[in-house]
Amino acid sequence: MAKTTRKVPALNASSMADISFLLLTFFLLVSNMDVDSGLARRLPPPPQTEEQTTVDVQRRNLLVVLVNSQNETMVTNQQGTEWYTNAEELRGTGSKVALKDRVKEFVLNTSNSEQLPELTEEDFGPPIGIVPVTDQHVVSIQNDATTSYKTYIAVQNEVVRAYNELREEGARKYFNTSYEDLTEDQQNQINDLYPQRISEAEPKNYGGQ
Amino acid sequence: MGKFNKGGKKEMPALNSSSMPDIVFAILFFFMVTTTMRSETLMVRMKLPTASEVQKLEKKSLVTYINIGPPMETRLGTGTQMQLNDRFAQVSEIQDYIAQEKASMNEADQPLMTVSIKADEETRMQYITDVKQALRQAYALKISYSARQGQNK
Repeated sequence: MAKTTRKVPALNASSMADISFLLLTFFLLVSNMDVDSGLARRLPPPPQTEEQTTVDVQRRNLLVVLVNSQNETMVTNQQGTEWYTNAEELRGTGSKVALKDRVKEFVLNTSNSEQLPELTEEDFGPPIGIVPVTDQHVVSIQNDATTSYKTYIAVQNEVVRAYNELREEGARKYFNTSYEDLTEDQQNQINDLYPQRISEAEPKNYGGQ
Repeated sequence: MGKFNKGGKKEMPALNSSSMPDIVFAILFFFMVTTTMRSETLMVRMKLPTASEVQKLEKKSLVTYINIGPPMETRLGTGTQMQLNDRFAQVSEIQDYIAQEKASMNEADQPLMTVSIKADEETRMQYITDVKQALRQAYALKISYSARQGQNK
């Protein structure tokens, strides 16, 4: 008598969908789409003595950025003053010079103007060599106590963007590649060429409480 | 001709749902990749500002978070509050918090610690400046203003 092979019933996998829904629900509940990006800054170390809180800077070496309680920005140095009423104008729409262009002009001082920071020749190692840079320049950002954080970030963003663009241009000029493609040492060289000399002061409380 | 005649009622075959778990796993993997495990419940409401020059925070294990904003529970008012770990704190408690976080890291990693300030965009700068001064006193000098990538309005 021929024996028919018994067919083994296949495993019932219909509960697989339930398990996967459970896992999905678990992950939806415990996780969040958090942003992990930010504007990286460095704070200066705390002043050790009273003398360190004030430093003398020559007028020509100073670019002052003031933000008031109405979130308006004023940029001034020996060359002139510019007013911006909101973040759009900071970026350079309309007839106003963009904040980043003013900062770049201030840091580079290609025309060796008397009203812009002093240029001194410094050696940065190969392949940059000896280049005149404004090593005493200071960009001072000052805000009122009731300025909104949003405007502060916008101003910081534009100043950092100016330095990033300068570094990018430096990388292209001396290394023929983009700044991100440089090695760590080359990036440090470019950072020494264009250091971020930004000073932030205590906010003044003119607007009252 | 009779061979093709199927006796018996015709039944519509049920929809083959054996691929349902595959689809669900695909969605699950998407969520696993794009999101982060929330380590603490948010007690403050934060609308982060946008900036174009943002950089990603590397090494999330070396990052300490400070959340600043109006509280989520409206009965606590709309004044700016700061959340450290899982409770509200004052600016004066920042130094202890930083020291605590530093102590829980390796010796080698301590100078690389970054403090990520996540503040609501309507916060007044006085508060942020107080926080920054406290961070300076605590020698937590690497900071990052948390912001979304984008053109700032």
